[in-house]
Amino acid sequence: MADRTPLHDEHVALDARLVDFAGWDMPIDYGSQIAEHKAVRDNAGMFDVSHMAVADITGDDARAFLRRVMANDVARIDEIGRALYTCMLNTRGGVIDDLIVYHLAEGHYRAVLNAATTNKDLAWLHGQIGTYRVAVEHRSDLAIVAVQGPRARELTTKVLDTGLAEAAFRLKPFSATTEGDVSVGRTGYTGEDGFEIVMPAGDAAPFWRALKSTGVAPVGLGARDTLRLEAGLNLYGQDMDEDTTPLESGLAWTVAFEPADREFVGREALEYARAEGVTMQRVGLVLEGRGVMRHGAKVRAAGSNVAAAAAAGEVTSGSYAPTLSRSIGLARIPSDWDDGVEVAIRDKWLPARLVTPPFVRNGKSRIDDA
Amino acid sequence: MSDVPKELSYTKTHEWIGNDGDGTITVGITDHAQASLGDLVFVELPEAGKKVGAGDAVAVVESVKAASDIYAPVAGEVAEVNEQLEDAPELVNEDPFGEGWLFKMQVDDADALDMLLDADTYEGIVEDEED
Repeated sequence: MADRTPLHDEHVALDARLVDFAGWDMPIDYGSQIAEHKAVRDNAGMFDVSHMAVADITGDDARAFLRRVMANDVARIDEIGRALYTCMLNTRGGVIDDLIVYHLAEGHYRAVLNAATTNKDLAWLHGQIGTYRVAVEHRSDLAIVAVQGPRARELTTKVLDTGLAEAAFRLKPFSATTEGDVSVGRTGYTGEDGFEIVMPAGDAAPFWRALKSTGVAPVGLGARDTLRLEAGLNLYGQDMDEDTTPLESGLAWTVAFEPADREFVGREALEYARAEGVTMQRVGLVLEGRGVMRHGAKVRAAGSNVAAAAAAGEVTSGSYAPTLSRSIGLARIPSDWDDGVEVAIRDKWLPARLVTPPFVRNGKSRIDDA
Repeated sequence: MSDVPKELSYTKTHEWIGNDGDGTITVGITDHAQASLGDLVFVELPEAGKKVGAGDAVAVVESVKAASDIYAPVAGEVAEVNEQLEDAPELVNEDPFGEGWLFKMQVDDADALDMLLDADTYEGIVEDEED
């Protein structure tokens, strides 16, 4: 049987459509994915993301350890309460996972890992400890709820305890505040403002119901996917994996090559790739006409007339964008393509144009209307 | 449990068929089909006047999640399509057996309609799938 989050009964009570997601019984939607998507863009929505794993990294060498295993540099978040988006790489420069690391206290960092990669990530982290004086602990006693949207902060702070609410409301983007086992980060995966809140499993259901009563809409994983895609955010396992590097996944900005003497795992492979020239790039696509680009669709240069089997590009994430009323996608294509492309959709080649993600930011379209 | 109106006929591929009594039928997708697909975002309909064989893919409904072919339940000629769906595909989700109909067909052989599934049989198929 699939695992259940502490909010499972809430989902059932809300008549959610439940699906197996990475071994977890998760809500895909509560009736209408598009309505839930729009609730986040226009007001506020909440997501149960308790299938993701919380890992606490503690000890005298926690900082040094993370500077070794993460491609981004936690020295950038030496100030307590800061958060950092980073990839964790293998020695080939491939992405084991992408994650957010929070600096909660002196010698205490917290990483939030993808559900599908949790066991692999923990095994990797444990395998990297060596002589570092550090402990990596999987906190399966904690639940995670994300609240996102233009009214997310206002509505969430109504529900939090007073002290925490005041601290949370003052948070700058990509920072967090902690009180006991509850931490509130001003982070998210939707392109909207909001919070991600980690709390003891037993607190999750009352918190969820309180948010619901203030008007925050429950949002399933379906809308979470279209929201993150509009925001131009990668999904691990689709837009990058162990066989692709951050440099060909639109994530070069997350790799801290400076200082040059920081020997992080994967550095050598990435430096070699950079010197050789990175041959593939990640781009955003906007489909010109009707139809929907899907994950795995082949992409070719416009006018090249190559067969699908020989097409050098591929859609890594594609869907219909509810905010834009058309199909958008992320794709990996050769680095020297900089003009229009065609995407294979149901045996036809349909024109698409290249754009730089995000497609939508804070509720507003970032692409020109064609 | 999805709605399965008794007066309609059905196919295994989740189309419903209403007999208009004048040699034409109205075709749509069932409540179960629209719920499985999720929010529809595009509907691609055939041209009126198109000749189709039984089981031919004649239309496409595309949701946020997936595209799905719609098959002609019997042989005949497309008589009319629901133009409203061009701008309002969500009608199929909101009212699959009413405003969300897809197309009407002039039927070649009315006896072919007897081969379609009745509501009880279709309901059995849906129950198996929803379990």
